[in-house]
Amino acid sequence: MAFDKNSNGFTFTFAIIMVIVVGTLLALVSMGLKDKQNQNAENKKRMDILGAIKVEATRENAAQIFEQYVKEAYVINFEGNKVDGDISAFTVDIQKDYRDRELAEENKYFPVYKCEKDGKTLYVVPMVGKGLWGPIWGFIALESDYKTIFGAKFDHKSETPGLGAEINQPEFQKRFTEVYGQRIVDSSSKKYFEILKGGSVPVSKNQVDGITGGTITSKGVEEMINRTFIIYFNHFSGLQSVTN
Amino acid sequence: MSTATTEIKVPKEGLFSKKNKKLITDPLNDSNPITVQVLGICSALAITVQVQQAVMMSLSVIVVIMAGNVIISMLRNVIPDRIRIIVQLVVVAALVIIVNEVLKAFVPDISEKLSVFVGLIITNCILMGRLEAFALGNRPGPSLLDGLGNGLGYAWILLAVAVVREIFGSGAISFPGIGQIKFIPASFFEAGYMNNNLMILPPMALVVVGIIIWIQRSKNTKLVEKA
Repeated sequence: MAFDKNSNGFTFTFAIIMVIVVGTLLALVSMGLKDKQNQNAENKKRMDILGAIKVEATRENAAQIFEQYVKEAYVINFEGNKVDGDISAFTVDIQKDYRDRELAEENKYFPVYKCEKDGKTLYVVPMVGKGLWGPIWGFIALESDYKTIFGAKFDHKSETPGLGAEINQPEFQKRFTEVYGQRIVDSSSKKYFEILKGGSVPVSKNQVDGITGGTITSKGVEEMINRTFIIYFNHFSGLQSVTN
Repeated sequence: MSTATTEIKVPKEGLFSKKNKKLITDPLNDSNPITVQVLGICSALAITVQVQQAVMMSLSVIVVIMAGNVIISMLRNVIPDRIRIIVQLVVVAALVIIVNEVLKAFVPDISEKLSVFVGLIITNCILMGRLEAFALGNRPGPSLLDGLGNGLGYAWILLAVAVVREIFGSGAISFPGIGQIKFIPASFFEAGYMNNNLMILPPMALVVVGIIIWIQRSKNTKLVEKA
């Protein structure tokens, strides 16, 4: 070999070249695929919102079906008042806002998706919270009485497979609407919504049973629903007094 | 394995010569990365709750270990000895990130299912083990086969553990697109049978791996250490 691959000079040169090559490569890959990934994430969000109102969509037709069902998307502030102006509800990243400790409550926006399905008006409420290992999030669609749950959709980043991760399965989500009949988010109750121990049978209409072995994730879902609806009930009670 | 002599003696050895075939078959049994070398146990415990996750994890590991082996093998004559571990780590990490980004862009559904597991590949000791023990001293062809062999050896143990855990832990195996296939008949549940929740938790994976090692050694006595 013409050169000494173990000399200090070559070791440094190798390391520097390696870092530059790998760094450039990763940056290029990331930039090149960014648009496509964002598009995927947006379509996934549309599918989740449509899922909450029980409309099946695929990644291909999500944008089109979303247009068809979602009649109005707007944001409210932490007091529940509608915010006018040109804030696009769809682009509000509630997850980022939730994790941002610096951001004051009054500067946060909370999106509302008003949908029409089979002559019914449905309000889809997005929410974020904490699971056992990472963020969890979901969408709950309420009927026009502002409490009956029409559909619920949850997902998570990294909950334990087979345990907490089950919150994104239909078996769990159906408990909110089908298994025990339609559940309600009850603003007159101390806890708006309660998730019981796995396997127990709910006694009141604002309860479902959680996932056996996924207690912390189940409790995370409960906390997320209760925290989120404090803000949205302010908004809904405003809407209710207008219509009555 | 004396690499220098291998290269000089058989410069035109076919890719699928007898010796190279052994590179694939050996890790399946005699030098299995999990049951014999006891590497990669962490991921074998973490992601064998469901078969479909085990399958995806195995596929990703096979791809990354093959690519990593080939790249390190091609660079083996210029990698400075003192930073070779760092170089291996960088190569594996870069591959994993690229695979993850590509999956996210083109098959987002699969990427969601894999979620954290792709990242876990970086920490899989089997990869570092193969890069250090084989790819650094062998040519790209054999390194590719070695990667494939070890990937498959990892995969079949993962699958075996996952099948046992999912059947006894959940009573059914769920396949993407097909749904759940029940293995424990409903009459068992009526008679008082219950799914074993311990099976879903990691400690039981260790026990299952232990049982597999036991069975393997009782069949393959040359693996048994002399007391």
